[in-house]
Amino acid sequence: MTDHIITELGGLRVDAPAGLEDAVLVAVGLADHYVTRPTPLGEVYVAFNGRGVSAVDVAGDRDSFEARFFIDHGRRAIPTDEIPERIARHLDTAIAAGRPGRLPIDLRGLTEFQTAVLLRTATIPRGEVRPYGWVAKEIGKPGAVRAVGTALAHNPVPVIIPCHRVVRSDGTLGEYSLGDPENKRTLLEAEGLDIDAFTALSSRGIRFIGSDTTRVFCHPTCGRGSLITDRHRHDFADETEARAAGYRPCKVCRPVAA
Amino acid sequence: MTATAGQTAVLSGTMSTMTADTLTARLADDLDGTFPEVVRELSAGLFSGAFRMLGNRQDAEDVTQEALVRAYRALGDYPVDRIRELRLRPWVWTIAANLCRNRLRSRSRRPQAPLTGHDPIDAGPGPDEAAEHSDLRGRLADLLAGLPWSMRTAVVLHHVVGMPYDEIAAALERPAATVRSDVHRGLARLRVAADTEEQP
Repeated sequence: MTDHIITELGGLRVDAPAGLEDAVLVAVGLADHYVTRPTPLGEVYVAFNGRGVSAVDVAGDRDSFEARFFIDHGRRAIPTDEIPERIARHLDTAIAAGRPGRLPIDLRGLTEFQTAVLLRTATIPRGEVRPYGWVAKEIGKPGAVRAVGTALAHNPVPVIIPCHRVVRSDGTLGEYSLGDPENKRTLLEAEGLDIDAFTALSSRGIRFIGSDTTRVFCHPTCGRGSLITDRHRHDFADETEARAAGYRPCKVCRPVAA
Repeated sequence: MTATAGQTAVLSGTMSTMTADTLTARLADDLDGTFPEVVRELSAGLFSGAFRMLGNRQDAEDVTQEALVRAYRALGDYPVDRIRELRLRPWVWTIAANLCRNRLRSRSRRPQAPLTGHDPIDAGPGPDEAAEHSDLRGRLADLLAGLPWSMRTAVVLHHVVGMPYDEIAAALERPAATVRSDVHRGLARLRVAADTEEQP
C-alpha cells in the first residue's frame, strides 16, 4: 500500500499554470507584457514590466510590434489583458497628460545622457514647445543639441515622455520618433497649440516674448507668456536683446538655462 | 559560456547535479540571461509543492511567483562567488516554504473556504490515467492538508517535488535525519488515513 501511496504522491506533481513563468519574468523585468491604448494617434502598443512602462509604439500589427520590441530591448513582449494596479492607475492619465506623473517608467539600458534628456523633456507642459537647444542647456550640455535630437529620436516611451514638444529653433517641428512625422503635429494640435502662430513667430526670428507690465520674457508657448495681451507684448530675437530692454527670464519656462 | 565559468563549475563540486552546477555558474556570470532558465527549471516543482502544501491553486501560484521574484532580487545583490556556491533548488525552496507558511498563518486568521487540494482541473497526464487514479490521488491531496506542517513539507518535497533528503534538509533548515523521520512518519499517517477511508 505504501508503494501505491508513494506512486500516487508522485502523481500529485502538476505543471505550472500557463503564464506563470512569463509572469515571473515580467515581474522582474526580463520580459514584458503589452496592451493597446487609445491616443490622438490611434491605438498604440504599450509594454510594461515590474519596473515600469518600457515602450510605447505604433505598429501595423502585433507581430511587427513584438519583433521590433525584441530588437530594441532584447526581451519578449507578451500580450496580456491584465494591467497591474500600479500601472493601470496612472497609465491613461499619463497618456492624456503627456507626462509620466506617477506612472513608473523603465528606462534601463539608456545612457545617463539619454536619461537626462528624457527626464528634462518630461517636464515640458502640455500644449507648449521648447527648442532642442533648450533641453541641451537645461541638462548642462549646451553643445549637445544634435545629441539631444538623437536621444529624443530613441525615446522608448513617446507620448508619455513628450518628445513631440521639442522642436527646432526656427519654428519648424523637426523629426518625430513615433510613426508618421505628421504625428508630431497631430499631438501638438490635440494639445491646443497654435502651431501656425508659433511657426510664424519663429520664422521672423523671434525666440522670446515679454510683457512690459511684468518685465519678464518667456518662450513663446509658455503658459504665462500666452497671457500677455498684444498691447503689452514685446518680441525678442535673443536673451541679450531682452536683457538690454530690462527684462528678466521667466522662472517657469526658463528661457535661459541657469 | 566561457572556459573560466566551466572550470569553476567543475571545481566548486558542491552541487548535487552537473546541471545545477553549471546553471549556478552561468547565473553568476549572467544573471539576466540565465534566470529565465532557472524559472523554467524550478517553476513546476515550486508550484506543485506549494499547491500540495497549501491546498489552493491560486495561493500556490502567488507563492511560486513571489518566491522566484524574491530569488531574482536576492541574486542581484549577491556577490558572484556566493551565487556559484548556491544550491539553487533548496535555496529557492527556503524562500518558498516560508512564504507558504506565512500564507497559511494569515489564512488561519481570517475566514476561508475549507482546505482542499482536490480540484477538478487537477488531472494527471491523460484522461484515462486521471480516471484510474484520481480517487486515491485526490484523497491524498486532501489528507496532506491534515498533516502537521513539519511532516507535510517533508513528504511533499520528497515525494511530490522529488527532492533528496539533503536538499530538503537545506531547504527547511532541519537536520537530514529529522527530515527522513518526518517523511516516514508523514507517510505512515497518510497510509493509515487512506486505509481507514478505504474500508469504512
